[in-house]
Formats: sequence, structure tokens, C-alpha cells
Amino acid sequence: MLASLILALPVFSALTVLVTRWRRFTPWIGVGADAAVLVVGLMAALHEVRSPALLGMAGVLRVDALSGFMVVVIGAVSVLASWGSVRYLRHEVVTNACSARQALHYSVLIQLFVASMLLAVSAANIGVMWVAVEATTITTTFLVGHRRSRAALEASWKYLVICSVGIALAFLGTVVLYLAAQHAGGNATQALEWTWLSAHARSFDPAVVRTAIGLLVLGYGAKVGLVPLHSWLPDAHSQAPAPVSALMSGVLLSVALYALLRFKAIAVMSVGEHFVRTLFIVLALATLILASLLLVTQRDLKRAFAYSSTEHMGLMALAVAAGGPLAISGVLLHMLGHGLAKGVLFLATGEVVAVDGTSDIEATSGLFARRPALGGAVALGLAAILGFPPFSLFVSELTMIRGEIAVHLVWAVALSLAALALAFAALATHARRLLMEEGRDLVLAQPTPASAMVPLVVGLSLCAFIGVSTWPLGPVLSAAARLAVS
Amino acid sequence: MRAGSLAAALLALSSGAVLLAAAVALWRRTARGIVRALRFQGVALAATALVLGVDLRIKLMLVTALLMIAVKVVAIPILLSRIVWLDPSSAETDPVVNVPASLVTAVVLSLVAFYATRPLVHAVAGVPVTLAPFGLATVLIGFFVLVARRRVVAQMVGLLLVDNGIALAALLLTTGVPLLVELGGTLDVLLVVVVLRVLATRLHVELGALELDRLAELHD
Repeated sequence: MLASLILALPVFSALTVLVTRWRRFTPWIGVGADAAVLVVGLMAALHEVRSPALLGMAGVLRVDALSGFMVVVIGAVSVLASWGSVRYLRHEVVTNACSARQALHYSVLIQLFVASMLLAVSAANIGVMWVAVEATTITTTFLVGHRRSRAALEASWKYLVICSVGIALAFLGTVVLYLAAQHAGGNATQALEWTWLSAHARSFDPAVVRTAIGLLVLGYGAKVGLVPLHSWLPDAHSQAPAPVSALMSGVLLSVALYALLRFKAIAVMSVGEHFVRTLFIVLALATLILASLLLVTQRDLKRAFAYSSTEHMGLMALAVAAGGPLAISGVLLHMLGHGLAKGVLFLATGEVVAVDGTSDIEATSGLFARRPALGGAVALGLAAILGFPPFSLFVSELTMIRGEIAVHLVWAVALSLAALALAFAALATHARRLLMEEGRDLVLAQPTPASAMVPLVVGLSLCAFIGVSTWPLGPVLSAAARLAVS
Repeated sequence: MRAGSLAAALLALSSGAVLLAAAVALWRRTARGIVRALRFQGVALAATALVLGVDLRIKLMLVTALLMIAVKVVAIPILLSRIVWLDPSSAETDPVVNVPASLVTAVVLSLVAFYATRPLVHAVAGVPVTLAPFGLATVLIGFFVLVARRRVVAQMVGLLLVDNGIALAALLLTTGVPLLVELGGTLDVLLVVVVLRVLATRLHVELGALELDRLAELHD
């Protein structure tokens, strides 16, 4: 019941929006639905710590502690994003940048996007999860191209082609894993179910599973933003409307990583830790280093944040490679913290774009003097992303590194720290240029409307809160991490 | 299925035809010719499903065959032809790599596919699995088209080749995944092509011509 409710909320809100047509209050329907998802997700996650998983929709859905935690992450970031959408849509409609019809499409699509992510993390079956991940691609393609400019259309084209290739590889990987399960005695439905797969993975043929995990990591890796199918990410993130970028960067990438987390646990049981770990380490480090290097040369704020997301995904993938409850709980906490902090940063960038008409770092410099409140939020968001306490990314990065050291990945940790230092320096330089400006004459400081500031402050406070106290998520985190360790 | 039986021969013929169609798509220069090659590939795929379904007595495979005809032989080629009609200049595919070099690449990719699938073929017994390299070779040729051809139509064709190759490999490896997943996979391709067509139309309005080379606004 609870499991079906999670999925029903955004679908129902999308239908309500479709039926009631475009009104002033339309974007608020999404905010309400996503807040309800967050609350129900929290209830479900806390429920599962003590009892077996919740089932829903005749066994199609299965929400265990790990799924429950992912629902909380999706709920938290989508509340921020749909809250930001309220102002974004109002601004677009008022300035005639988009018609009421387009605004309506946006509101429906963003809820369907959230619904498909929720389905992906709560599916009991890897086939259904695959369909859900593909659905996220279809819905976001239109959201990325929402502005219909030449660059936005190009970005959505590239996004759809690359992610379709990725998802096709993931399909083949799913089929090959199914083949392994079939030969180990699974029938048609069992051989696709997470629970059956993890219970019987030890008897799968290692040669077949090796092929499967390779294809799955490449395929779902495209959606995570891992090398080599990563090139869609900066384009899509920079062209999409700010709330959509917040959602993509904050949760979509993590949802794809969630799939890899589960597949890795299954593959390890069959082929052993060494092969799978090496595969993940190579891709994670390549992604991390590439993203850090490219972060240095960025001139656009949204592209810089996109590369920062790629870098964080590389960090998390490295901790996934390490495995172990400590590293995995670090990954999960990092998903939540990164989602909130990056969500805040993208929403704040949306405000900057609304004021200055561009997200070019040079053109928007001196933000702190011109808009103290907004500049302050950006500065705090950057502090969170860079891993300063009290924000939770500080704790989660330390936890991930401790988890990696615990399994003796010293070389990988050293390389990742070097890349991290480079990314830190690059982002800090961009931040200084954006926030401070010496040359410009004295400008009059302008207030930022409270409606813009409230979601930013809420996101930052949440990020700081979970950095200080793990209440009420502590038990959920450890239960979820145990599930992702084979 | 016995090696050397009529069914095995038919299966080899139809799955080989899928790879052949990929090679034809690479060889043809006109968008119209490529779309025709793709339609032929759809027929070959449906035939593969049909042979498997009849020989192994799996009724669901007949549904799969019908689905493939509806989507890959009828719907997708129609959508693609509309784009060709929308922009007559897309008729020339204008390859980055010339045709003879492309065909040589296809041969090399096919060899790679046979080599790469060896562990699978050894691990799983049966005639269909020995034909799985045809699927992987088609996937690799599709990747090559994606990289080497810049026109919008050619890019879609590359994507479809990847997808058809994967469909063939899936058919031969598992003799049919559950219908829900099969439906998801096949209808998904249709949906992607529909969305790409919408994007192509919008691009046409913006740019006048459907050429991805002109889409050079986004780079680092």
C-alpha cells in the first residue's frame, strides 16, 4: 500500500495538472506531491529497518531499506526542484519566454520524470527497472529542450542518442544476466528479480556474469555520467531549465548509480571481488580525473556545476568499487548531501540567469555585492559542495575514503585525492570570480525576493542538519548499506 | 535444435541476414537506400523470432515476431522516410569515412564480435547461442555509423542498428526474455524514434537543414 502510494503521488499530480489546465497555482501541485513523496518515503524507510520489504502493485514494487533511502533522496531533491519551478515558470510565462501550454507540459513532464525515477528505485525486477530508467530519458529529453533554442535542441538530441545507446547496452547486459540466472535454474519471472538474483548469484556462470556486468556498467554508466559515454552531461545540464538541472544532477545520476550498486553486489557473488572492483576503479578514476581537468577550463557556471557533478559521481563510483558497509553508507549519505547542495546551486544559478540573462561566469561576476542574499546562498552551496563542515558532504567524503582505505585501495585514494584537490582549486577560483569583483564600480545592493531564497535556505539547512545529526536516517543508512554489500 | 537440421540452417540464414543488412546500410549512400536496408533487417529479425518460435514451440515468440514486424518493418521506416521527405538534402549521407573504408571496418568489427562472444558461446550450449556473434557485430557496426556519419537520418540509423543487433543477441541468447521486457524494449525504440523525429522537426525549423555538423554550438 505504502509502496504503491509513493509511485501514485507524482502520477496523480501529473494527471491533476493535465485536467485542471494551466493556472497560477499549477506548479504548487507538484511541490505538494513531492513533499508527500518525501514524507511517505521516510515512513517507508523507517518501517523497513525493522521489518521485511514493502510490496506493492502485485509484486512489481519492492521497497526495502535501500529503495526507501533512495525514495527519500528523490523526494528531498524533487521538493526543492519543483519549488524552484514555481518561480521559473512564473518568470518564463510573464516574460513570454514560454506559452501557458508549454508551462503545462513542463509541469506534467517533471512529475512523470520524478515518477519514473521512483519506479526505478522501487522496482522488484531488473526488467521493470530498465524500463523506468529509459522512461527518465524520454521525459527529460523534452525538459532539456524546453527552451527550444538551437543549443537546447542540440543538447537534447545528443542526450537522447547517447543515453539510448547506453540504455541499449544495459538491455543486453540485463539479458545476459537473465541468461546466467536461467541456467542456474531460475524461471522467467524469478530470473529477473533482485531478491532471487542475489540469493542465487553464487551459482551463476562467472564467464557469463563477467560479460553482463561489463555491459551493465557501460550502459547504466552512461546515465551516471561515467566515462566513456559521459559527453551528454555538461550539454544537457547547461541547457536544461535550472530546476531540471537540479533534478538531473541531484538525483537522476544517483538513481543510475543505485542500479550499479545492486548489480555490483550480485556480480561480486559470482565472479569475485577482484574483477568487478578493478572495472569500477578504472571507470571511476578516469571519470574523476577527466572531470577535474575539464572543470578548470569552464567559463559557464552551469557547465562548471555539471562537471562538478561528474566529479562527485566518480568519487561515489570509487567508493562503490571498494564495497563494504562503511564505504556504501558513505555513498548513500553522499547521494543525499550532493543532491541537496547541487540542487541549491542549480536553483541559485537559475536566479542568476533570470537577473543577468546569462550564466557566463565573467558576465555575472560581483554577485555578492549586487545580490548579497543570493550570493550568500551560492557561497554556502559551494562550501557544501567543496566538502566544508558542517555540511554532510564533509562527513560522507571522509566515510567513503575510510571505507576505501579499509580495503587497501591506497593508490586509488591517493589519485582521487589529487583529482579532488584540482577540482577544489578550480571551483574555488570560479567561485571567487563569480562572487567577488574588484574592477567594477560600486553597485547598489538589491534584495532577493523571499520566494527565491526560501527553497535555497531550506536545502542548505537540511544539508547542514544531516551533516551534524543522522537522526532519523541513521538506522536506515546502515540497513541500506548492509543490503548493498554482498 | 540439432546442429545441421533445417531449422538450424534457417536460423543461421535469418540471423546472418541481419548482419548483412547492417553491411548494406553502411554501403548505401542515400538515406532512402539505408532506410530500405533497415526494413530488410526488421524482416530478418522477425524471421529469426519465427524460426525459433516454431522450432522450440514457444508461442510468445510469435507475438515477438509480430511486434517486430509492426515496429521495425512498418512504423520506424515510415517515421524515417518522413524525415527524408521533410528535408530533401538529407538524401546524401555525406560520410566522414568513405564507403570502402567503412566496409573494411565492418569486417574487422565482425571479427572482433566473434572473438568477444567466445566466452559466452563456450559457457552456454545450443545452436542459437553460436549465432549470437551476428548480433554483437551488428551492434558494433551501429556504433561505427553513429561515430562516422553526421546526418540526422544516419545517426538514427546507427541507433537502430545498435538496437536491432541487441534484439538479435537477446533472441538468440535466451530464446526470448519475458514479454513485459520484450515489449518494453521494442516499444521503447519506437518511442525514441518518435521523440527524435520531433526533435528533428524542431531542428529543421531552427537550422533549415538536418545536419549534425552544423550543431557545433556546444563544446568545451
